[in-house]
Amino acid sequence: MDGMHDLGGRQGFGAVRYRPDARAFHEAWEVRVNSLYAFAVRRGIFNMDEYRHAIERMEPRHYLTASYYERSLTSLATLLVEKGILTREELERRAQGLFPLAAPSAPGRSNVPARERFQPGDRVRVRDDYVPGHVRMPGYIRGKTGVVVSESPAYPFPDAHAHALAAQDEPTYDVRFRSEDLWPQSADAALVHVGVFQSYLERAT
Amino acid sequence: MPDQNPVIQRTAPVERRVDAIQQALDERGMNATDAVEELTELAEEHWIPQNGARVVARAWVDPEFRRRLLANGRAAVAELGLSMPKHHRHLVVLENTPAVQNVICCTQCSCTAFTIIGLPPDWYKDLEYRARVVRESRTVLKEMGLDLAPDVEIRVWDTTADTRYMVLPEQPPETIGWSEEKLAGIVTRDSMIGVARL
Repeated sequence: MDGMHDLGGRQGFGAVRYRPDARAFHEAWEVRVNSLYAFAVRRGIFNMDEYRHAIERMEPRHYLTASYYERSLTSLATLLVEKGILTREELERRAQGLFPLAAPSAPGRSNVPARERFQPGDRVRVRDDYVPGHVRMPGYIRGKTGVVVSESPAYPFPDAHAHALAAQDEPTYDVRFRSEDLWPQSADAALVHVGVFQSYLERAT
Repeated sequence: MPDQNPVIQRTAPVERRVDAIQQALDERGMNATDAVEELTELAEEHWIPQNGARVVARAWVDPEFRRRLLANGRAAVAELGLSMPKHHRHLVVLENTPAVQNVICCTQCSCTAFTIIGLPPDWYKDLEYRARVVRESRTVLKEMGLDLAPDVEIRVWDTTADTRYMVLPEQPPETIGWSEEKLAGIVTRDSMIGVARL
């Protein structure tokens, strides 16, 4: 889905609020949320792709205004309800207030049937795919051409894995793009490397 | 006068929402509280940048280890007793040189090799860094205090799959000959993310 989470290259944001001694957690509940979702993953209640997708399904205004760990909490609660472990009513009764959850999921998809194996140095194009469910192709590379640098071990295909669909594991390719190709005349010069699943790629002609 | 709805239609404070989940899981016999204790200790005591600092220091003093680290990061960090989650199947170590600065990010969420370089700092997960670093890399690095010479090539690595990255910073020349332990003490988390040089 072309969701609010897909931020790479979006404009209008200000300076990074950077401090060399910045912390991962600021409040005790943040550590607890992090541990609770890790616990659920460890117990096999949901996988990391389902977890990421439930964050992406948050209503965009909620997504943008929630803190990082509130997004984590919303994903955890959404999946526990969707998996039938808890109900929203119980959560709201216990919390004594509303407990906003993410929106329902749209269908996922399995691997693209015609996938090609690539070698380092091959020129590849990111397919012009628009999918309603989970996808790990950042929008800024859609339709763009880059060069394969290396291949990673096969991973579960996220577009299926986030939706509990059967799919084959497939390799991801480290694809190198030039920032000038991604945002012509509108980017600082750099090489941008993206881990791209095989299903998202076709050979560039 | 119509009946007033006694339910307060307001979002519950975030801490109460966390409590609600934890208590509900505990009451179902899932021992969430015990797991939280264990995972919190891992997050605060074990998944820390000092792990990555040991890796960097070893790579500086041991060229054979450096070669293995660049060839297969996951296997090489295991030599130092460091592990990664099962789903992180590959660790790619990115070597900085005087002419190349690598910097890592995750534009869609917050993925990192957190068991090695530590859980990501707040700014790494903020919208600003995620939106801007891929497109305005040199500008963003400069704003963050890393003013690179114009001829230094920037390579940005967006963590979109479950392959994980860490930057191998250059060893400062004045530290040549130091002990491995002393070297590990100068390696910062941000140098392994790639937004700082040492």
